[in-house]
Amino acid sequence: MAVTSDDVKYIADLARLQLPDDEVESLKQDLNKILGYMEKLDELDTTDVEPLEHVTDPEVPFRKDEAGDPIPHEDALKNAPDADADYFRVPRVIE
Amino acid sequence: MAEIRSTREQLENGEITLPEVADHYLTRIREEDSTVNAFVSVDEEEVLDTAARIQKKIDEGRAGTLAGSVIGIKDLICEKGKITSCASAILKNFESIYDATVIERLRKEDALLIGRLNMDEFAMGSSTENTIYGPTRNPLDTERVSGGSSGGSAAAVAADFCNAALGSDTGGSIRQPASYCGVVGLKPTYGRVSRHGLVAYASSFDGIGPMTSNVRDAAKILKVIAGYDSRDNTTARVKVPDYESYLEQSGKLKVGVPSEYFGEGLNEEVRRNVEELLEKLERRGDIERVPVEMPHMEYSIATYYVLATAEASSNLARYDGVRYGHRAQIEEVHREIDREKKEIEEQIRQADGEEKTKLSETLAGLNSPLIRLYKKSRTEGFGREVKRRILLGTYVLSAGYYDAYYAKAQKVRRLIREDFDRAFSDVDLIVSPTAPTTAFHLGENQDDPVRMYLNDIYTAPANLAGICAISLPAGAEENGLPTGIQFMADRFREDLLFRAGRKVEQLLS
Repeated sequence: MAVTSDDVKYIADLARLQLPDDEVESLKQDLNKILGYMEKLDELDTTDVEPLEHVTDPEVPFRKDEAGDPIPHEDALKNAPDADADYFRVPRVIE
Repeated sequence: MAEIRSTREQLENGEITLPEVADHYLTRIREEDSTVNAFVSVDEEEVLDTAARIQKKIDEGRAGTLAGSVIGIKDLICEKGKITSCASAILKNFESIYDATVIERLRKEDALLIGRLNMDEFAMGSSTENTIYGPTRNPLDTERVSGGSSGGSAAAVAADFCNAALGSDTGGSIRQPASYCGVVGLKPTYGRVSRHGLVAYASSFDGIGPMTSNVRDAAKILKVIAGYDSRDNTTARVKVPDYESYLEQSGKLKVGVPSEYFGEGLNEEVRRNVEELLEKLERRGDIERVPVEMPHMEYSIATYYVLATAEASSNLARYDGVRYGHRAQIEEVHREIDREKKEIEEQIRQADGEEKTKLSETLAGLNSPLIRLYKKSRTEGFGREVKRRILLGTYVLSAGYYDAYYAKAQKVRRLIREDFDRAFSDVDLIVSPTAPTTAFHLGENQDDPVRMYLNDIYTAPANLAGICAISLPAGAEENGLPTGIQFMADRFREDLLFRAGRKVEQLLS
């Protein structure tokens, strides 16, 4: 199942990336090469194998319901590309 | 290069002071690092201030277990007040607002943190060439790569810029550069060390570990950074032993040798080095070799790259230019959209019938400025390999392909783990080369992603199985480049890795 240029554009859109046409072409070639290698997995019959989701058995104990120290407001906004004193600022979305 | 404990002894005796030790390293960095390029930032003043503060504690007899250590930090582990860039344009101005748990623990034991280390962007790469800071060169041959993704960490230890470093290992990113630069690199068991404050790449694989010039220092540092952390639910409530106490433990270790790790693709000199080393260890009575079978090993790279890229595509979705990281110019976004609108409107005027309808749909479907801002910010901020992996991961998770790739790889992951479980029911350790070759030339593997990925062929299985593994210098090729030997042990059996590592060290010293 070869990946087409349209496929690359489609997944780029899902991944919120914007690719110029020449990059679409070269990434298409890369992806086909890599996915071609991954098809090696088809050699294995995994009909009765359960997918492995956790390499260690996850422990999910209840924690005490205690208030911790939240990140101070000022710190949380420190790395914002655009913010006022209280909020992250984003471009207008309602026309 | 001395063990941390001997520096400590000298400090306690008053033969040297920690500011002097710090100055030694800072001078070396100033003189040599313009070529090697291991560090991305060093705050000399702060380092010397901290050194003086720790010295005072030494003088007063209340210093922690790591006083005397000088440690570099891979640039994806948060250190409060410092830039944590992940060697990416998207985070190049990101300032950490808290300390990672490992950093907290190092500070508590009075380690001196000396600076931030170069790496492949978001830990994606095997050569430390995918970085906005330019490649880290191998100190042993500066025409060659340092390995990756923790290339800066490995090079800094090899070049004697610090006596230890922290790296991270998702598919081999600690062990392969350790092998290329001739240092010790430990990937602890999944869940042994907290990842709170580690920038995520592939969360079911990622781990932090020490890179050092000797085995004892790795054991000493692991003791400090390991253990349960309420801020990382994947950490295990398993007791942290005093790893150093196992170093000199006697007794023969049963070592499994899987033929699958010595097959096609392995460089002859690397093979010879590793095999000779094992023969000598056996002759000395340190180990007993037995053959083991790892029938699914050959599927590990395909499995790893399906799962790791899938997780990466999800983890890196957070970089949208809203709360932190690079944001594209909104004026440019508006201009782009207006230009596209005009173009399509012009085409609509000249078209008719079906084509007109289609163009009108395209016009209506144009991204909003906000969506376009996400896209432009991400596209400008991520490097090529990161985009490649995000696309790959998005593809294997997308409707219609999920079962063929992602679910399939999860099943094969179980088969790979079962290979290890079977082997460890009979042997203490499994041994292999760390990487199929020694350090390659800069630029050599840049055009062929699959060839680059195959660098991880011997290391990725340990991440897939969640076990621990160590890479140790195993001697050099005729051209002087170091080769690496890897020991793997069952979950939470780092003690066995240190024991084996010590024996290798004794043999080669």
